[in-house]
Amino acid sequence: MPGNYLPRASFQALLETLQQTGYRCVGPQLRDDAIVYDTLRHVGDLPRGIRDLQAPGQYRVEKSDCPRFFAWANGPQALKPLLFAPQEFLWKTERAADGRLRFVAAVPDAVPTAVIGVRACDLAALRLQDAHFLKDPSRDAHYAARRERLFLVAVHCTRSAPTCFCASTGDGPRAEAGFDLSLSELDDGFLVEAGSDTGRGVMARLPLEAASAGQTQTADAEIAQAAKQQTRKLPSRNLQAALFANLDHPRWVDVAERCLSCANCTSVCPTCFCHSEADQPTLDGAGSVHARQWDSCFTQGHSYIHGVTIRADTRLRYRQWLTHKLGSWHEQYGRSGCVGCGRCITWCPVGIDITEEATAICGDTTHV
Amino acid sequence: MAAKPKLAVHKFASCDGCQLAFLNLGEDLLMLTQLVDIVHFAEAGPVDLDAPVDIAFIEGSVSTPEHLERLQRIRANSKFLITIGACATAGGVQALRNFAKGNEWFASVYAKPEYIASLDTSTPVASHVKVDLELWGCPVNGRQVLAATRALLFGVSPVEEHDKVCLECKRHHVVCVLVAKGIPCLGPVTRTGCGALCPAFGRDCYGCYGPAENTNTESLGRRFEGLGLLPEAVVRRFLFINNAAPAFAEAGKRWKER
Repeated sequence: MPGNYLPRASFQALLETLQQTGYRCVGPQLRDDAIVYDTLRHVGDLPRGIRDLQAPGQYRVEKSDCPRFFAWANGPQALKPLLFAPQEFLWKTERAADGRLRFVAAVPDAVPTAVIGVRACDLAALRLQDAHFLKDPSRDAHYAARRERLFLVAVHCTRSAPTCFCASTGDGPRAEAGFDLSLSELDDGFLVEAGSDTGRGVMARLPLEAASAGQTQTADAEIAQAAKQQTRKLPSRNLQAALFANLDHPRWVDVAERCLSCANCTSVCPTCFCHSEADQPTLDGAGSVHARQWDSCFTQGHSYIHGVTIRADTRLRYRQWLTHKLGSWHEQYGRSGCVGCGRCITWCPVGIDITEEATAICGDTTHV
Repeated sequence: MAAKPKLAVHKFASCDGCQLAFLNLGEDLLMLTQLVDIVHFAEAGPVDLDAPVDIAFIEGSVSTPEHLERLQRIRANSKFLITIGACATAGGVQALRNFAKGNEWFASVYAKPEYIASLDTSTPVASHVKVDLELWGCPVNGRQVLAATRALLFGVSPVEEHDKVCLECKRHHVVCVLVAKGIPCLGPVTRTGCGALCPAFGRDCYGCYGPAENTNTESLGRRFEGLGLLPEAVVRRFLFINNAAPAFAEAGKRWKER
């Protein structure tokens, strides 16, 4: 049987194999005091020994002697910006010589991209973004072009941040499916598993060695430990009935007193997909480009309809977010829109905790 | 062909920085002169203070008795009046003098204060005449003035930007400086339009684009306290470039009383 153990010293071979196959490698690195995903040229770019310290409204990193590249839980973003671009042009208009308007669609252009270090919650979120953007008849050509050229190298989590609660949503910490390759990180190397034919092709070209039974046991135990570390949870995987039965709960007023309505939560949420579109005319007035950009249910424009802002205050905006994310997503996509990554808790400037708010509003609902 | 629309750029109490939004346009400035007749823009050359115009941009706050009188004439001569920048739109940083006794300051600064003809307050243009559009920023940028002009040339209402800076940070892949560095960023209450300039360079937004819509200054102020700011430091965050903008003025007042 061929081996499935990649020594740490050989990790660069994975990057080179992917690069030789034609992929741009994107992976985690330390930038601006956070783990961010950017073009990865060399194994030295990875955040070796970096740990994240997360709490509501707070993110810090610390360096350690740990040799691991993935000894952190997550950063502010992962896959979402790579597929659902924060800003992009969809089409443009031009005035032709005969005076007629011409509409020109932007050609979807996607560089084959391999993302290293995708977490289980990111993969669960990707399935939801796929359900939204790839659904016919409104399949999004730009998202689809990037999605089709995506190679995913997952890493099982061996450490949860205090803000993580993927175990309660059923989305982690082990990456079960949806990857081309998955990695279990140990101190001296990685256990590699293929999840697709493309992944098997890449795996066959890696300088793998035989793994010992002990290594496999250690890897499994660390993933199980990461699940046990989690202290936060949602009261249930389906809060639709409980939320809609509590639309007048006083907690909505309470949370609105703290909420900044700043849209940080929806921007870092890996499943939120709302956007606005706007035309940007050229100065001479002869043409315009039609652009799409990330929007949020926390903006005034999101609920502006013909002269009226439907959700003018924060209470209604927060309620819209939570009842959609944890409630009406079930009708739309067959599950909750929350994958338990905890980003909305960490990156909320005032540290509002979705698990705490949901529990306060829904009580200890136990029906699943 | 119909005559080109006429445009004026006026100056009141200000640093002239907002007028650079026009002067720094490069080739777009040449295009602009093909679309409109710039009949008054002292800093650029043309002077015709009382010319009737279709679009008047006003930089600067109302700070002297002469300003009061000149502003009325400009309003009467202008079809569409746009304030540019923190001074014209909110009174500017110089509105801090509204908290003090201005005339006492003159006496301590100037040898002959009787030569200074100044009002006790610095106020926004909208306190005195009807304003059709406000462009926020300290200073405003070329994109803002061109977008407003282009929309008016099309005969449509310019799009108002009132979302929070946070949205622009996220769209530009800027890591939140408040969460990751613990610095007192005003982005969550500040109006977008700058392209998240300061956070993109790792510093905290200081609110130069003024209050966004639906601000929660109380909650953000409490967060600043949690970051270690004393109440007077919280006051200074809100009472700065746009200290007289109502949302920031009220926040400053509340934190002063603690």
